[in-house]
Amino acid sequence: MFIKQLTVFIENRAGRLEQVTQILKDNNINIVSVSLADTSDYGLLRLILSDPDKAVTVLKDAGLSAMTTNVIAVKLTQHVGKLGELLAILSDAGVNVEYMYGLTSGDENASIVLKTSDQNKALDVINASTFELLTTEETYSMND
Amino acid sequence: MIWNEARECMSRDEMSNLQSARLRKEVSRVYHNVEPYRKKMQEAGLEPGDISGIEDIEKLPFTTKDDLRDNYPFGLFAVPLSEIVRIHASSGTTGKATVVGYTRKDIDVWAECVARCCAMAGLGRNDIIQVAYGYGLFTGGLGGHYGAEHLGATVVPMSTGNTQKLIDMMIDFGATGLMCTPSYLMHIAEVIEERGLKDKIKLKATLNGAEPWTENMRRQIEERLGIEAHDIYGLSEIMGPGVATDCHFHRGLHIFEDHFYPEIVDPKTLKPVPDGETGELVITTLTKEGIPMIRYRTKDLTSITHEKCECGRTTARISRFKGRSDDMLIIRGVNVFPSQVETALLTVDGITPNYQIIVDRVNHQDTLAILVEVEERFFSDEIKELENLQKKIEHAVHQAIGLHAKIKLVEPKTIERSMGKAVRVIDKRKLD
Repeated sequence: MFIKQLTVFIENRAGRLEQVTQILKDNNINIVSVSLADTSDYGLLRLILSDPDKAVTVLKDAGLSAMTTNVIAVKLTQHVGKLGELLAILSDAGVNVEYMYGLTSGDENASIVLKTSDQNKALDVINASTFELLTTEETYSMND
Repeated sequence: MIWNEARECMSRDEMSNLQSARLRKEVSRVYHNVEPYRKKMQEAGLEPGDISGIEDIEKLPFTTKDDLRDNYPFGLFAVPLSEIVRIHASSGTTGKATVVGYTRKDIDVWAECVARCCAMAGLGRNDIIQVAYGYGLFTGGLGGHYGAEHLGATVVPMSTGNTQKLIDMMIDFGATGLMCTPSYLMHIAEVIEERGLKDKIKLKATLNGAEPWTENMRRQIEERLGIEAHDIYGLSEIMGPGVATDCHFHRGLHIFEDHFYPEIVDPKTLKPVPDGETGELVITTLTKEGIPMIRYRTKDLTSITHEKCECGRTTARISRFKGRSDDMLIIRGVNVFPSQVETALLTVDGITPNYQIIVDRVNHQDTLAILVEVEERFFSDEIKELENLQKKIEHAVHQAIGLHAKIKLVEPKTIERSMGKAVRVIDKRKLD
């Protein structure tokens, strides 16, 4: 299954990032994982949240450019080379990674978030492998 | 030096007589050969016989850029295409360019007018003149070129785009004259200063136009380069550069009235204003064969004087331009209408996003940026997609106006609105 990621467009100006975190706080939405991709003029804030549907509504109401995207959360057991294995299966199937970032890290397991060039194919390929996908319930309630 | 004393120093009476005779002929020619003009005159109940001289000019209807657009491309030509030996084009308000055509005689008149300008700047056959206006559809390059050639000078057709080469050749050839935009000249002056080459150049006079500039800028350039800089005015609808230039006294630009009859009118009432008062410059061509213009509204705001100049010329002088009566911008010497940008944006996505044009000047070079508010329909989670969009917009704008604009994506609702209407253009340039 897919996980919903929130993407927010923020200009490279002071206070823009804080406005986002403030709105989430005011609406009691927890940030499970965050990544900020930067360009010279703006940044794309990518968030895994406890309530993505509510978040996209309240952020848009506040006038921000926000959208949800389907991403894939994959569990990786803590072994050196595990990520490489996952990437190999994807590339063998002709699936490219558009972006990725860490979701959690623990003693036994870690997990990452992935956006690929063919999300449906990526799901099929991972489901057919030994890798485990995280569910929405698991993901949204993390770090709570 | 006065290139054509007979024409440039005529008594006002002789000039009026000449203008009247020429106007009568011109009106008759357009009435009989240019259908749109004939229609206009008929609608106003006019016939060529109703115009006995320049005192009747106010009876004639005006011409605007819209007329050129509506009759694109050759609808206003007064001669068959076989007589047209040259086409030039410049920006129109919408997607269509403004097209003008020249007969061989028109080209000769143009060259002679530009030669008058060069002579006014003290240049002659013993000078080496670099023409650093763009060569092509733009009238600046070829206009300057043919004029300097007619003058008898040694012409170096530099065009634009390679400042290093321009300066190297300026020094190696010992160039004494230069034709280019004022902002480009400022830039050249800076590069020469940086490279410590001021003592190596032999430049003595420049003819600068295609964009507005101030007295202050002129003095700065003159000091930095040790030259005399002259303002050259023109527009492709009338001819190209060479409609008017200032002499050594720099008290207004002498307009070549034997070819171009000037009027200054109130842009709202369209009635003439007295000498010395600011209004819109309206020009009637008196000798053009290819595409004569009757009372063309230039949208340039200026004032006029008919007093004799200390240089000995009797031709009327128009003041430095005080702005425009429309929304046209001049960026790096190129005419840009905000509506062209809007149309370009429309082609990218089918709907116009909220945008704002920001014009500024950095290091004496005009910069153009277009802010585009991110909207739901094109927002993406991938930077690659957003960058593709920026590139598409940049390409569309370049196709429309011939200039590269920096496209900046901004957050929604950040572009100021005033009274509900978006402020489309912010011109931050302080011409100083």
